[in-house]
Amino acid sequence: MWDEYVIPKSVEEALQILQSREGEARIIAGGTDLVPELKDKARKVKCLVDISEIEPLRKIELDGALIKLGAGVTHAQVASSDLIREQATLLAEAASAVGSPLIRNQGTVVGNVINAQPAADTAIALFSLCAEVEILSSSGTRRVPIEQTYEKLCVSRVNSALEIVTALYIKGLRKDQGSAFVRLAQRKALALPMLNVAAVVTVQDGRFEDSRITIGPVAPLPFRSKNAEATLKHAAAGPESIGKAAEAAALEAQPRDSALRGSAEYRREMVKVFVRRAVGRALQRAEQK
Amino acid sequence: MAEALLTMTVNGDAVRLVVEPSAMLVDVLRGRLGLIGVKEACGKGACGACTVLLDDKPVPSCVTPAMKALNKNVLTIEGLGSPGKLHPLQEAFIDHGAVQCGFCTPGMILSAKALLDERSLPTEEEVRVAISGNLCRCTGYVKIVEAILSAAERMRS
Repeated sequence: MWDEYVIPKSVEEALQILQSREGEARIIAGGTDLVPELKDKARKVKCLVDISEIEPLRKIELDGALIKLGAGVTHAQVASSDLIREQATLLAEAASAVGSPLIRNQGTVVGNVINAQPAADTAIALFSLCAEVEILSSSGTRRVPIEQTYEKLCVSRVNSALEIVTALYIKGLRKDQGSAFVRLAQRKALALPMLNVAAVVTVQDGRFEDSRITIGPVAPLPFRSKNAEATLKHAAAGPESIGKAAEAAALEAQPRDSALRGSAEYRREMVKVFVRRAVGRALQRAEQK
Repeated sequence: MAEALLTMTVNGDAVRLVVEPSAMLVDVLRGRLGLIGVKEACGKGACGACTVLLDDKPVPSCVTPAMKALNKNVLTIEGLGSPGKLHPLQEAFIDHGAVQCGFCTPGMILSAKALLDERSLPTEEEVRVAISGNLCRCTGYVKIVEAILSAAERMRS
């Protein structure tokens, strides 16, 4: 499949290798998505550059007011991190829903973003956290909002043959905020999400302020329901406004008929149920703080 | 043919091999080292039959490039016990009838070992989560869960 497997010790070294191979090398982290693609010959590459041994990329840490997740951070690390469980609860929930313990031990959260699937559990949560993605290329480092790294279905704008995502940045949730991630799947493990919803709500004086509701897979990309978010804005926080937001989300979502995930009609109904659950649970958590 | 030098520790023994850079860990363990207790079924990291411990963590060796094991510790079922001296998990699987066709068993036991190394007294739910990446098509899991809980008891006493 590939002729060369390189394990650099720094991101600078990794970037240098990419550049010297002129587009024929590619970054690999956990490889749990990439390796099956390469085995299926859905993708070809001559050299793999494994960044999972680069020590600084393996950390979850506070960086000023932000939480920084390195590109080598696995789903298992995120799921068990006290910092993430406390300050980005929905991301810990999403990470613990990915694949299976085996996949979570290897696969990385950044990989989930680069793979650009419309329902990657942690990516759905990261959209609701307004994550920023740090990218290193020959022209330097840039930081872009997560939605700008998506090109189209399963295609990232990050070119992993020439550049490297080094970290994700998220803001920890405040005392007046709550979050939740919920998922519909055929089994509790090793099952693709038929639907997943990530909600972050802000509650002040009994009213919803800014809310962020991301749903997958109901569009080619992770989908923020702006209508549901607008419905909640300034509304009294409770079942009535949550019900209206769930209706708005179901109208706005565009699920497709899928042999694996269920009919469009069924999943549109389920959007209502799961938005209601996610926002309801997020509200409960905001109130408990 | 491209080559790469792979040094690692397998079941406690230092190993030094020239491998293809694109070889999967399962193929090196089975084909080069004869450790056929490692099973391969789905080939895409979705069934857990190929589970081995890489630096104490269960991973799917069928989608793990062998080079990911460079300078690391690999444990397969062959490194867990020996015919005369079984590991408590192996004994418990036999005593509880938790082995039927046996194809998932090595992976199942290694996932269980990783759990018991971290939590000496796991709940039933924790056991179920720990083996949720290991599919068994024979047993219905009940006896496997019982065996793991009972092994935890034995290992504590």
